[in-house]
Amino acid sequence: MSEQDWSVAPAATIGAAVTGGAVRARTVVAASLERIARIDPAVNAFTAVLADRALATADRLDTARDRGANLGPLAGVPFAAKNLFDIAGVPTRAGSRINRERAPAPRDATLIARLEAAGGILVGALNMGEYAYDFTGENIHDGNTRNPHALGHMSGGSSGGSGGAVAAGLVPLALASDTNGSIRVPSAFCGCFGLKPTYGRLSRAGSFPFVGSLDHLGPMGRSVEDLARAYEAMQGPDPADPVATERAPEPVRPSLDAGVADLRIAVAGGYFARGAGADALAAVATVARALACTRTVEIPQAARARAAAYLITAAEGAALHLDRLRTRAGEFDPAVRDRLIAGAMLPAPFVERAQRFRRWYRAAVLELFREVDIILAPSTPCRAPPSGETTLVLDGVPVPMRANIGLFTQPISFIGLPVVAAPVRLDDGLPLGVQIIAAPWREDLAFRVARDLERMGLVRAPVATLA
Amino acid sequence: MTDTPEDPAFVPEDYARAVAGLLALPIEPAWMPSIVANLRVLHAAADLVGDFPLPDEAEAAPVFAA
Repeated sequence: MSEQDWSVAPAATIGAAVTGGAVRARTVVAASLERIARIDPAVNAFTAVLADRALATADRLDTARDRGANLGPLAGVPFAAKNLFDIAGVPTRAGSRINRERAPAPRDATLIARLEAAGGILVGALNMGEYAYDFTGENIHDGNTRNPHALGHMSGGSSGGSGGAVAAGLVPLALASDTNGSIRVPSAFCGCFGLKPTYGRLSRAGSFPFVGSLDHLGPMGRSVEDLARAYEAMQGPDPADPVATERAPEPVRPSLDAGVADLRIAVAGGYFARGAGADALAAVATVARALACTRTVEIPQAARARAAAYLITAAEGAALHLDRLRTRAGEFDPAVRDRLIAGAMLPAPFVERAQRFRRWYRAAVLELFREVDIILAPSTPCRAPPSGETTLVLDGVPVPMRANIGLFTQPISFIGLPVVAAPVRLDDGLPLGVQIIAAPWREDLAFRVARDLERMGLVRAPVATLA
Repeated sequence: MTDTPEDPAFVPEDYARAVAGLLALPIEPAWMPSIVANLRVLHAAADLVGDFPLPDEAEAAPVFAA
């Protein structure tokens, strides 16, 4: 094991090696910190590197092992968190300038605490779009996170730092949030695996909110096994989050290799076929072919679902930030500010109508899940665009980039369905993403499909080779 | 979801100015074109959702559990 480059090792490999005594947690963390110092100036994924804290945590873990303690499935695994997660002693900036004046967080977010309880080691905070209202990975305060696979291209957002850090091999696991697609979009653009769990599955306590009725937290990583380990470690009730489920943790690793022969899998047609570029459709077709899937289903009223998610996001997001918009509007990213101001002006009946439509849509989609177990859809309509591009061509029509990257993710998170976002490489160009969508609380099925595709070599997340 | 055709009953600049007063939101003139563009997109989204017939019994989705 002495030749192992611990800085880019999978979480599962690190966990086994630290538990077995093949390597000290301090050695792994030091390798990760060295790689971050060397590589991150080009990627700009980190907004804070917590070297002292990480090394101290590693030393405690090594001491515990020396005493014969059980270290947990993520023993010695470095991870980082989008900077909307509370980190004890650090102001939670949520990608903004204004929040830097907040008091330091009194304690870690629930999910950070749970990953560390499983042996993980937090090494830093990650860049993100301001207040998570973003699909590009661009940030005017902290600078853009660059795509490790092509530094002139977008990382995707709003969890751009999470995607960039994982793809560049700076950490094997990152924490992120997804309100309308902010885990699935950077997973696609940066070529990572991402999990947007069922709404309410993972606690959001200790994270800065955006849209309470749509906010999800989840992990990103470079393998299905690593993603599953992180997911399992973070489950469980949490009274500090009013929508966190009271379900007991439901492990996914025991069934990970069960195959897909018994699953009814379909491709999302209609809306999801019309707005996608040829590459995005080819990624879905490649995956579907490998799964012997020939069925297509139409998710009913997906365009309206997206529109309703858009309205609710604008209104709830604006309500959250109204006081800051009144007193400190000039300190926002102008693109975020103007979307929020417009959202504040929405008449209440429009928003209530969107919430009532949400009820109808949820029932209609759950009906669809009586016929199928898994639905496949593109994560984004295109590969990562060049940084700074503001227009996207959909179906031959130019549309604003920022709002439309999440075209295919919004109708899914709108009703809280669990999704494993899997990275597909059609060629030597930039990666694409496929959403593996399951019924509520059936993350296990999405994981099984992702694992089967990974076993076939069709979805994978190699560390980017940076120039 | 793109902009809707001009609706003569809705003048976004006038609306934005009036509602900004209600909300006590100070708006600089330079921001208005972008706010108006965003209002038009939201208007289109609201039209699309509003066109869909819903039964009166369809309650809003967020659930309060006592």
